[in-house]
Amino acid sequence: MAQLELRPGGGRRFSRPKGAAPAAPCRPVGIGSTTVTVITATGLVKRYGDFAAVDGISFEVAAGESFGLLGPNGAGKSTTMRMVGAVSTRTEGSLRVLGLDPNEHGPEIRSRLGVVPQQDNLDNELRVRENLLTYGRYFGLPRRLVASRADELLAFAQLADRKDAKVDDLSGGMKRRLTIARALINDPRLLLLDEPTTGLDPQARHILWDRLFRLKEQGTTLLLTTHYMDEAEQLCDRLVVVDRGKIMAEGSPAALIRQYSTREVLEVRFGSEQNAGAADKLAGIGDRLEVLPDRILVYAHDGEAALVEVTARGLQPLTSLVRRSSLEDVFLRLTGRSLIE
Amino acid sequence: MTLRQAQGGASGANDVDAFADEARRAAVAPRRFGAWYVAEHQIRVWRRYLGVNIASAIGTPVIYVFAFGIGLGVLVAASAGPGGIDGVDYLVFVAPALIATSAVTIASSEFTYPIMLGFKWNPTYIGMNAAPLAARQIMDGVVLFVGLRMLTASIVYYLVMLAFGAVPSPIGWLTILTATLTGLAFGTPLLAYSASLKEDRGQFAVVQRVLVLPLTLFSGTIFPLTQLPWFLQWIGWLSPLWHGSELGRVVAYGAERPAWLIAVHVVYLVVLAVVGWRFAVRVATRRLDK
Repeated sequence: MAQLELRPGGGRRFSRPKGAAPAAPCRPVGIGSTTVTVITATGLVKRYGDFAAVDGISFEVAAGESFGLLGPNGAGKSTTMRMVGAVSTRTEGSLRVLGLDPNEHGPEIRSRLGVVPQQDNLDNELRVRENLLTYGRYFGLPRRLVASRADELLAFAQLADRKDAKVDDLSGGMKRRLTIARALINDPRLLLLDEPTTGLDPQARHILWDRLFRLKEQGTTLLLTTHYMDEAEQLCDRLVVVDRGKIMAEGSPAALIRQYSTREVLEVRFGSEQNAGAADKLAGIGDRLEVLPDRILVYAHDGEAALVEVTARGLQPLTSLVRRSSLEDVFLRLTGRSLIE
Repeated sequence: MTLRQAQGGASGANDVDAFADEARRAAVAPRRFGAWYVAEHQIRVWRRYLGVNIASAIGTPVIYVFAFGIGLGVLVAASAGPGGIDGVDYLVFVAPALIATSAVTIASSEFTYPIMLGFKWNPTYIGMNAAPLAARQIMDGVVLFVGLRMLTASIVYYLVMLAFGAVPSPIGWLTILTATLTGLAFGTPLLAYSASLKEDRGQFAVVQRVLVLPLTLFSGTIFPLTQLPWFLQWIGWLSPLWHGSELGRVVAYGAERPAWLIAVHVVYLVVLAVVGWRFAVRVATRRLDK
């Protein structure tokens, strides 16, 4: 079993340039002198009958960037991914991936993509390494090249000792890593990851994040969907918040939090009976209140100071917690709902 | 190999047109040979069951030779008289039909559950389609693989029959091809049907019992179609297995059939195979693009 790597000091394992506000709407910030745009989506729409799963989404992704689509289930993230992945024909809008139109150049685009789908589709009848060999052949790569890449990728995915195992005998996290290894067999320009860690236990998620972060460091362009805000914060340089097929907000995780939330959040619980009543008495504390069925969120620059004021008003919460704002708060602010319902 | 060369650096690509050119080059081989890559994958899976496959490919014809040649054949010879059936020994009469039936049996197993597996249960087709392969190539590859399976099984079947003296004509080896054609004529429409199924509610079991079994019995295979009452003979005319068995008899022992009828057999089988195949491609294309 692979070891979970933890940096001394724990917490954030990489730093993000602070203070870089999003430039033009949803455009990548130029890196160096040239910025190569690998995905350009404008007014992208996908309709199934009367239902618009994707309802006018626009964004651009630059080479080397890590771009996220954050939103709850059913927001249209996977549909967007399938259109970018050139397997789903768009209803409206324009789309260029690697400079080509997916409607006309599907095989061309897919030749240079790596795809990690939401649902694993490894061949359960083949062994671990065989899955990489057969997949590499789909790209018309020579057998010897595929074989040597397969071995390197098995090492990268920390599966070298399981290369002759049956796919069914792998854990969920291992299957995901094998799927990522498989997606890299053609040395892709762009890696699409649809909910890469959904359904995995925390340790497996951290191992996976570590692998993905390495890819990011090597300059691989990542497009990923997630409904986990911590995942988006870890992996995305920039992201769009998607809800009901539309983009609600865009920017870097830090900028979004700055724009749509306060620095800190005080969470207080008074028990489900008293919550609503207590909320009236809390009015005026912090910048904003969010009353949820089980707790009240007080958005404030200084959470501790807000807590002092709460108790000064004679209220005794059953529990209280001061934390930093997260993308979850951004989503709540934008949609009035939480990400995971 | 570094997993990732610096974007735009080492490979000299520094604008998006260079990415597009690179993609165009990368897609040349998959566009041309995609169906073969799919077949290659299927063969790799099939190899895992090689022992079982060889045993059944050899075992089945041997069992049938004993059942029909020695068992049933003796009874038939006693009642049919010295002329035999259609002017030949019973085993010679049934041999072409048995080879064709074995190809149909392969079709009925390979074009049902494995198709549902590829689209749904273990959706490897979705994985292929996320790679450069198109729905058309996936279906072509599946047909190619199953066609190869029919061909190899028919070769083995033919050799066993030959060893027992059941294929007298010098062009008897053509039964290998007529049997494979029969299997595809029966199989590709079934492939199209399987590709259209969203759920297995026992349809495949129904296909086996209500379609395959009656067809193998009432398609002029183990007795001439004319033995059936006139109001059931249409089954044979619709059944690719009857057309295939009759065609096999013409090449296996020189059965005398009018030229127009031989032409009907060939055309009917080819049309079924081609139309079914095209239909399967259409169904798969629509299904994968969602």
